[in-house]
Amino acid sequence: MTIVHHLDEATLLSYAAGTLGEALSVAAACHISMCSQCRSAVRQAEALGGEILDDLESTAVSNARRAATLASLDDAPAVRLVFVKSDMPAPLQRLLQGQGFGQLRWRKKAPGVSVYELPLSKGAKGSLKLLSIASGMTMLEHGHGGEELTLVLQGAFKDKTGRFARGDIADLDEETEHCPVIEKGETCICLYATEAPSHYKTLLGRLLQPFLKI
Amino acid sequence: MIAVLLRMAEKTHIALPSAQQIDFAALLFRVARERDRAAFAEIFDHFAPRVKSFMMRKGASAELAEDLVQETMIAVWSKAALYVPERGAASTWVFTIARNLRIDRLRRESAAHFTDLEDFDAPSDDVPGDEAMNRSQEDSHVARALAQIPPEQRELLILSYVDDVPQSMIAERLNLPLGTVKSRMRLAYRRLRKLLEAVN
Repeated sequence: MTIVHHLDEATLLSYAAGTLGEALSVAAACHISMCSQCRSAVRQAEALGGEILDDLESTAVSNARRAATLASLDDAPAVRLVFVKSDMPAPLQRLLQGQGFGQLRWRKKAPGVSVYELPLSKGAKGSLKLLSIASGMTMLEHGHGGEELTLVLQGAFKDKTGRFARGDIADLDEETEHCPVIEKGETCICLYATEAPSHYKTLLGRLLQPFLKI
Repeated sequence: MIAVLLRMAEKTHIALPSAQQIDFAALLFRVARERDRAAFAEIFDHFAPRVKSFMMRKGASAELAEDLVQETMIAVWSKAALYVPERGAASTWVFTIARNLRIDRLRRESAAHFTDLEDFDAPSDDVPGDEAMNRSQEDSHVARALAQIPPEQRELLILSYVDDVPQSMIAERLNLPLGTVKSRMRLAYRRLRKLLEAVN
């Protein structure tokens, strides 16, 4: 798998710093799980966090707390992770609880367009969904609020910035306007994250606009 | 407002790496292998006060910050075997644990997606030997590189990493377009990478 479209460096930094919201972070993490280049870039950005933490002023921790921590070590068992290999990016696999795309209850939003809403924490803003778009469809020209990510999981689409296939992520700035065309052949499934409060002007909004008259 | 933010950035002054370095990777190894409490106490004494500041900068009270310090340090104890020195410094690893707890507990969002990737490279480590060597060297140069980037770029990094301010909020606070904040972020990141490449 050759990934052509990566995360913007500004997004990588906010992901590593932990300031990126949950919806966008899950989409970023899914791309990172598929892309060794971005994985290595995130590690560098996290190293920056390590240095900054190391250099942070000290605030004395009470002796009582130190003693309590040391006393509770026996109750804390060693954690070991089990690696499960899957075609599904790990963060998505967890959210889908192991279900495949075929097992999901998709909601049909318009001819050729289905949506599956993914759960987020109560505190999280925005939304995270899977989009399934039939091959050959053309989307209306739309811009981006700079707060959305689209990761291709199956199939492909093309726009003026190139071809987006499995693993590619569209992390577009506000200036980019495009009208993606879904390639003929396979249905295109994307993970779509946005932190915009309303869907107006976002990819999904524009996608559904001609049908839903938003 | 800008003056306040600048003062905040100054407070987190970026010092050169200290001359006497404790080998935290070796201490973590002892914790993982021998459940060595003395090694753990040394790690605690170094990182706990920094993690406390880290949590308080996000607005936690001293009491809550100490709860989160305790949780962070117990995670260090429990997960010590998962630390892979070739992938980065011990401070980087502690930072990721503290960051995730801060997201979970102070922001009430889930940081599980970070954990999903924790041992991602376990079966076939994609870090070749040379790169792994460079990576641990690289970490000790990050602080030096940070001191060399322009203050307005460093300020954005401190606001992100320490104060947990999202880029859109930084834009609002500094009265800048989001695009400008993002390009400054990119500049800071590229500048740091270039400085680090020059050293390696």
